[in-house]
Order: sequence, then structure tokens, then C-alpha cells
Amino acid sequence: MPAGLDAESAGWIQALAGDGPRREAALARLHAMLVRIAQGEAARRGPRLRITGPELDDLAYQAAADALVAITGKIGQFRGESRFTTWAYKFVIFEVSAKIGRHFWRHPAVPLDAEDWDRLPGWFGADPAHQAEWGDLFAALRRAVDCELTPRQREVFVAIVLNDVPLDTLVLHLGSSRNAIYQVLFAARRKLRAALVANGHLGENNVGRS
Amino acid sequence: MNGWSALDRFLRTDPRDVGCDQAMEMLHVYAELVAAGESAQQRYPGIAAHLQACGPCGEDFEGLLAAIRGGAH
Repeated sequence: MPAGLDAESAGWIQALAGDGPRREAALARLHAMLVRIAQGEAARRGPRLRITGPELDDLAYQAAADALVAITGKIGQFRGESRFTTWAYKFVIFEVSAKIGRHFWRHPAVPLDAEDWDRLPGWFGADPAHQAEWGDLFAALRRAVDCELTPRQREVFVAIVLNDVPLDTLVLHLGSSRNAIYQVLFAARRKLRAALVANGHLGENNVGRS
Repeated sequence: MNGWSALDRFLRTDPRDVGCDQAMEMLHVYAELVAAGESAQQRYPGIAAHLQACGPCGEDFEGLLAAIRGGAH
């Protein structure tokens, strides 16, 4: 058991590492807690999702069940850097997140490989009344996307920015990881900003206009 | 104009950004510090930079923080 644990966390670890009725009771208590956290998280994200009612509740129960399996399998990795419950909550939050990503992969709002450049200004909240001002900027951005990015960077940028595909959904679509896709997008953002700074559309330090 | 500043913010990258894997590995520690009102951002600037830039990790952080606060024992 990690040194310096608070009493409650130590109680969880002892009960879950043991066997018999005490372990069964701790597992039931942990499952109930995970269901409550999953339902709360699903409800928190719910207003922005196209998932409601029983489907959202089902997602929460599945997330709690999968989190319980992950927690019991990895309990030896708990190092006591936080309370046990905080560590356990992390698993169920990740499960809710992953299941929402999977839902949108199965039910995409737009084809993942569609390419509608008219959506670009709206994604950045550009005011249509000022089209003359931002038209050059977004035209330059499109040129930079076409000329500066690798095919993989372009694919990720188009999916996330033009098509508004959630990053976790794109991860599933490409059979990749969140970190890998984030790093691709990170490199794309850096290249695009450098191109827009070089041609005077953005300032080096401040927002600028050509 | 919104479009300019939003695009500028989106394209800016922070070299301290640790990426998703490192941020998620330490998310429970970081969130507990934030919930306790301690200076998580100063202690883990690379995680703070990542959570500001990465939508999905930022969302997970908000969820974990809500769970800690709502599930207080």
C-alpha cells in the first residue's frame, strides 16, 4: 500500500485488495459511486450532445461498469498521489468521454471526410457583416492548409475544424490515439500560424490585419 | 473582430504543452490541487497549457473537477 495515504483511501485499498464479503461490499459501493459520477458527467455534457434520456443513462451505466473493471485491474498502480476516489473518478470520466466519442463515430452529424470551406469563418465566430475584412484572412488560411500541411495534418485539420468532428471521434475513425491526433493538430496549428504571420495576416505577438 | 482573435488563439501553440498522455496521467493530481484552491497552474504549467488548448482533455478536466466537488465525501 502507498505510504502516507489518508484513512479513507487506505480503507478502499484494503477492502478491494482483500477477498470475501468485505471486498464484495466495497465493489458494490464503488460501482454505485461510479454510476453516480457517470450519470452526473453524462448530464453535464448532455445539453451539448444529441444523446438524451435512456440512451444517455445506458451510456453512464456502461461507463461505470467498464471503469470498475479498469480500476480493479489497475489498483496496483495507485500511488497515493491523490485520494483514491479522485483517482477512481478519473477512470469513469474517461469512460464517459470515450463512449460519447464512439457514439458520434457511429452517428456522425456530417461525413467525416466532407470539406465545406464555407463553414470556416463560422467556426471562428467571424461576423458575416465583416466579410470583406476577413475574406482575405480565410483565403490565406485555406492556401496555407493546402500548401503547408502534410496530407495527415490536412486530414485532421479538415475533420476537426471544417467538419466539427470531435477529436475523440476522429481518433476512432483513424484508429489512432488522442495524443497522436493532438500532436498532428498541434504541428498543423504552428505551421499555419507561421504562414499567416509570414504573409502579414497575423502579428507575431498581437492580432494583426494586413 | 471575433474571427481574427479566435483564429489567432486557435493557431497559437505553447511550447510548454505536455500533450494528452502526460496531462491525463496526472489529471487526478492536478484536479485535486485545483479543487483545494492550490496553485496547480504554477506547479504544473505544462498541464495547464495543455488543458487550455486541448478541448477533449479540458472537458475531462472539467468533468473530474465537477465530480470532486459534487462527490465530496
